[in-house]
Formats: sequence, C-alpha cells, structure tokens
Amino acid sequence: MASSRGPPTPWAGAGAGDGRPAWGSRLQYLLSCVGFAVGLGNIWRFPYLCQAYGGGAFLLPYAVALALEGIPLFHMELAIGQRLRRGSVGVWTAISPYLGGVGLGCFSVSVLVSLYYNMVLAWVLWYLLNSFQHPLPWSSCPASHNRTGLLAECVGSGPVSFFWFRRTLNISSDMGASGAVQWPLLGCLAASWGVVYLCVSRGIESTGKAIYFTALFPYLVLTVFLVRGLTLPGAADGLAYLFTPDVRVLGSPRVWLDAATQIFFSLSLALGGHIAYASYNPPRNDCEKDAVTIALVNSLTSLYAAVAVFSVLGFKATTDQENCLDRNIILMVNAFELPDQSIPREDYALVLNHLNVTWPERVAQLPLETCLLRDFLHKGASGTGLAFIAFAEALLHMPGAPGWAVLFFGMLFSLGLTSMFGNMESVITPLLDMGVLPRRVPKEALTGLACLTCFLLASCFTLQSGSYWLELFDRYAASINLLVFALLEVLGVAYVYGLDRFCEDVAWMTGRRPGLYWRLSWRLVSPLLLLLVLGASVLLLERFPERRERLYPGWVQAVCVLLSFLPALWVPAVALAQLLRRRTGG
Amino acid sequence: MLWLLFFLITAISAELCQPGGKNAFKVRLSIKTALGDKAYVWDTNEEYLFRAMVAFSMRKVPNREATELSHVLLCNVTQRVSFWFVVTDPTSNHTLPAAEVQSAIRMNRNRINNAFLLNDQTLEFLKIPTTLAPPTDPSVPVWIITFGVVFCIVTIAVILLIVSGVRQRRRKNKGPSEVDDSEDKCENAITIENGIPCDSLDTKGGHINEVFLMEDERLTPL
Repeated sequence: MASSRGPPTPWAGAGAGDGRPAWGSRLQYLLSCVGFAVGLGNIWRFPYLCQAYGGGAFLLPYAVALALEGIPLFHMELAIGQRLRRGSVGVWTAISPYLGGVGLGCFSVSVLVSLYYNMVLAWVLWYLLNSFQHPLPWSSCPASHNRTGLLAECVGSGPVSFFWFRRTLNISSDMGASGAVQWPLLGCLAASWGVVYLCVSRGIESTGKAIYFTALFPYLVLTVFLVRGLTLPGAADGLAYLFTPDVRVLGSPRVWLDAATQIFFSLSLALGGHIAYASYNPPRNDCEKDAVTIALVNSLTSLYAAVAVFSVLGFKATTDQENCLDRNIILMVNAFELPDQSIPREDYALVLNHLNVTWPERVAQLPLETCLLRDFLHKGASGTGLAFIAFAEALLHMPGAPGWAVLFFGMLFSLGLTSMFGNMESVITPLLDMGVLPRRVPKEALTGLACLTCFLLASCFTLQSGSYWLELFDRYAASINLLVFALLEVLGVAYVYGLDRFCEDVAWMTGRRPGLYWRLSWRLVSPLLLLLVLGASVLLLERFPERRERLYPGWVQAVCVLLSFLPALWVPAVALAQLLRRRTGG
Repeated sequence: MLWLLFFLITAISAELCQPGGKNAFKVRLSIKTALGDKAYVWDTNEEYLFRAMVAFSMRKVPNREATELSHVLLCNVTQRVSFWFVVTDPTSNHTLPAAEVQSAIRMNRNRINNAFLLNDQTLEFLKIPTTLAPPTDPSVPVWIITFGVVFCIVTIAVILLIVSGVRQRRRKNKGPSEVDDSEDKCENAITIENGIPCDSLDTKGGHINEVFLMEDERLTPL
C-alpha cells in the first residue's frame, strides 16, 4: 500500500490524527526510553558483574550480546509500537489473535514488577529521609538498655548492617514468620506511590514534563560522584580491581550467559513499556536511530556508573584496610607496652616480623587480623547490599557525609522513578487500549485506581518478612517469563507477521530498508540466543553468581514456580481460546 | 637510720602495689593519639598530678576524707604510658577495696579526664567500665519531619492535579457545544492546510499525506 518512501515527517507535535496522545517533543520520548532502560540495575548489578567476571574482559561478551541481542530486539519493539500504535496487548492481538496471550503476559509481568520495584524505591526514600541529619543514623551503634555499652546485636554486625536489617526492615528470622507491618516503611511506600501517581496521572503528558528532571538528575549526580570518587584515596585500587581483565574468564559459558541476560534485563525488554512509549510517536520516525542511540546510552551509563561506584568502593576498601591495620597496631602496642603511635602503618609488617621472631608465643596469643586490600575489595556486593550497606558505609568516611548521602539516595530515587514511569506506562496503556473502564472515566481516575491497587497489594512487602518476598519476586517473577515473551515476540514478528512485511514497514517509517545485519538478527541470531539463554535459565533458575545458598521451604518453592511460569501461561490460554472460538464460530 | 626507714617504706609500698594485684588498677594513656603535636611528655610531675587526682576522688567518698597523696602508689610505669596504681589505707597497711576505688573514680572520671586533656578512650582504666552519655534522642525523629514535608507536598500536588483535571474536563464539555455553531458557519469556507488552501493542492496534483492513512487497511485479517 505504501508506495512513496518519503523522508520522516518532522515532530510537529500532532499525532496521526487518531486522537492518541503524542509526545511533546522528541527529547521527551528519548529521555523517557533512556530513563526506563537505565534503572537501579545499571548502578548495582552491572558493576558487580563486571568485577565478578574478570573486569575489562567482561566488556567483550557484553558488547557482543548488545550487538546480537539487545539492539535488534529493542529496535523491533520500538518499530512495532510505532507502526501499530497500540500498547503491548493491542500490538500482539493485531499481529495475530493467537499471539494475544503475549501481550497479556507482558501486562501481568509488568504489574508484578511494579509491585516490588516501588518497594525498593520506598527503601531508598527511607534512607533519603534519614540522610538529613548529622551524624548519619547508621554511623554508630545505639547504647544498650542499661547504658553500660553498645547494643550487642549492633556490635556483632556493625552499625550499617544493623540500621539496614533492624531499623529499616526489622527483618524476621525466616520467610514463614511474617511479623508486623513496619509503619515507617508503609508511609514511605505510600509517599513513593503518591509521587509515581503524580507523575503518571495524565500519561505521557505529565511524565513528559517530569522526565526532564528525573532522567537528567542521575547523570549530574553520577558526574559529581565520579569527580569526588576519583579524588579519594584508594580510588585507583578500586578501578584497577574493576577493570583488570582476566581473559581466562571468556572461556566459561557462564560469563556469556550472564552477559546476555544482563543486556536483556538492562534494556527492560519484553515488558511492553517501550512498545507503549513508541506507540505515541508520529508514525514516521526514525526508530532505528532511536534504538541504537538509546541502547548505547544505556550501556555507556552502566560503564560510567561502574567507574563512579568502584572508585568509591576502592576508597572504602582502603579505609577498611587502614582501620584493620590500626586495630592490629593498637593490639601490639598495648601488649608489648610500646610507646603510643610508635608503629606507622607502613612499618607494621616489619615490626610484626621482628616481634614474631623475638616473642612468638606472645604474638600468637594476640587476635590479629589479616589486612589484605584484596579481601576488602572482594567484599563487593550487588543489589540492595551494595546501596544500603557497602555504599552507605563508604559515604560515612567521606567528609560532609550527609550531603553525599542525600545526593546518592536522591539519585537512586530518580533512577527508580523513571523506570517506574515505564512500568506504569506498560500497565496503563494496555488498560486504556482494552477499554477496561468506560471512555468518560477520566484518565486520572484509571491511573489512580491502578496505583492504589498496586499500593495495597505491595503493602505486604512492608511486613517483617517482606524483603525475603521481594528477593523472591525479583529473582523469579520476571526472569523466565520475559525471556519466553521476547522469544515469542521475535518469532511472531519474523515468521507470523512476516519479516518482509516488517522490513517494508520499517522502511516506510525510517526512510530506508533494514540492512542484512538487522534481517539476520531478527530471523536467526536473536531467536537462537534467546533460546539458549532461556534454556540455560530454566536449567539453572538463578540469574547471576550467588553468595549464599538458601533453602526455601516447600510452599515457598511452589510460589517460586508459580511466579516463574504463570504469566507465560497466558500465551497458550489465549491461543486455545482463539482456536475454540474459530471452531465454534466457523 | 633514716635511709633504713626510707628503704623499709619503699619496700612496703612495692609490696602493696603489685601489677595484677587484687585491688590494683591498670591505667593506659594514649597521649599522642589524643593530642597529636601538642602531646606532653609523661614524667614524674604528671604522675604526681595523677596521684593527686586519685586522692581527690577518694576524698570525695564519705569516710575517706583523710586520703593523702602518699596513700596513692604507682608502679610499673612503661613507655606505652601505662602503669598500675593502688590506694592504701592509712590506718592499716592494706590496700583499699577495689569496689570503693572504682566507684570513686567513676564519679569523678570527667574531672580526671579533663585534668589530662584526654577522654574516656585515651585515658583507660582497664577494669572500670565507662558510663556512656545518655542518648540524645530528639523528641521528634528527623526523618518524620522530612517525611511530613514530602507527604504534604505530594498530597497538595495531587489535589491540585485532580482539581485542574476536573476544571479542564468541564471546559472541554462546554467547548464542543460552541464549536458546533462555528462549524455550521464554516461549512462553506475554504479548508486551509499549512497556509495553502486545500482545493489548490488537488488541482496541482499534490501527494496524498500518508500520515492520515487508516492503519487498519494495512493489516489483512488472518
């Protein structure tokens, strides 16, 4: 039907005249997609993976996965959304009624993700609110009841861990013991849902304005942290540890698998958010350029964040090592009655040797610790452990700690907020397209209802066992399902919709036909890669290197399985329903 | 004769002040850690001051107002600056019980610390636990204040949003009734697009703007 392949129309602000809301400007659209893709994982998963998998060497599998899997899938999502101008449910129903389940599945996974993602934001908000005081509340242990010493629980674990596990989560001993609702956390959850509702209430009209701040503020803060971090002592050690390539690591398939998985989840593919965002574009927009730009920005942000984070963590490791040496020196000075401050840190090893030679029994009695920088760097954490324990502790050592804490947690909050916009968009756009509520109900009411429902459901994460549940959701709700949906998406587009027809559509939108790289990826490479990753994930059912083994009780394992596979069941269910309708209809 | 007496007294004192003795206390000072460059040297004069402070603390105890400087004995002074001390009973030749000395020191710990420009961590009495300062909990925790501010701002903003949305809808509902009248009037007017009258476009053989194609046409039903 489309004969002339004219150049893309300019962003005049008007849509295609079908009454669909449109972006205020191209920058808003780009920032929204970048904000959705760049989330908390860029700060606390990628740097950890980088250092766990041989530093600079990890960048190679990461770049390969980006080129072969990330960018083609991303381009495909943007192109489909832009062409068919519907949310995830509408798009897949339009491609084939049998594939309608994919859209519904994406929708359910988005709901699940919204639930627990905003809980993490509530934690960040709690830390942010507590950062406006000096000294920071996680800097010291509180006194015990009779005030003869510090609280025993705190002394055992350290004030930072105590603040996280006891004062914030008030964590119960295991998953079965639910405990009571933590009111401060519930308040923070309500506040963060309030902020999300505020920005999402009018759809892209409101997020488009909020996004200028929430998408750009993290970059500003990252730059500030980068500059500050690089000037701290020990930053060079942290960076060297992060980037020293260990090329042997490339031989293990686990690395490639994790790189592919990381790229997939980092770009927030298959959630339906990018489809929803692209559906508000004017039909003739260069989605190929957008896809490549946004994916590259996402990966470069990960790298940028890794440098900032690891320079601060290197500083923390150096400080920890210095404190360890100081403790050892005090033990030696006290035991051997040497003058105060007579052993500088550099001479510690020499003096220890000397004393070991002259009085070995006395030295053996002292509880000296080994203080290797490598050990402290190895304590690198990921996820909440990085943000709320490791980094929070590192902030304590920096002069002007409350200011840095406010900046850091503010950055985490806006990073999470932009991702929440995308999540809510992937929940609300399908609801609007499906026409769940009558037309005359204002959009604010629908969004408000959605936010309220999610808040009430998510309040179970504020229980004392809430963080266990959140970990469960984080690991199982999205991993397998999204891979299944992405595989079905790419197969659906390449084979059901027809790759030639799709390429024509893309050519109509961008003004040039997709090249061999794109066609090969869509038809062959990406589906194969996804199949590999999916197979491996099902076999392993864990996403990245684990630190501890935790055995779940039977009923919890059942919940894990349900979470992992239930949303994917939409696909066969809808296909079956469609089949039955055809049989009875015709 | 006098020398003999002197040796006797020092011998007795040496017996009374034994490191690890039942009523002896070990003291450890970290002057350089506390004061850095302004650290003073620990010499016999400082020891004299210490004995005076201990005697002062003991004199504050009822029944022990007669404690003198000579009753406080120091021994085993090391380079670390650590030493042992005992307080002797003037009437008998024994040392005072540890509990008494401990409670006296605890009561006057602050004065003793200040005399030496040190604090609880740099002037350590090894068997005497310190009393921690009472926790300075503000009446309202700081986070509640900031939380209240954030929550109020969010609530006000949401209310404003809803109100403005309602007002917009009311305006839109009133709007179409006015537009209908003007549409009737403009029926015979020339439609203008981008400043060019539409009629002239057709005659000039212009291109059809595919932006306005209905998308359903492009999708053939399965």
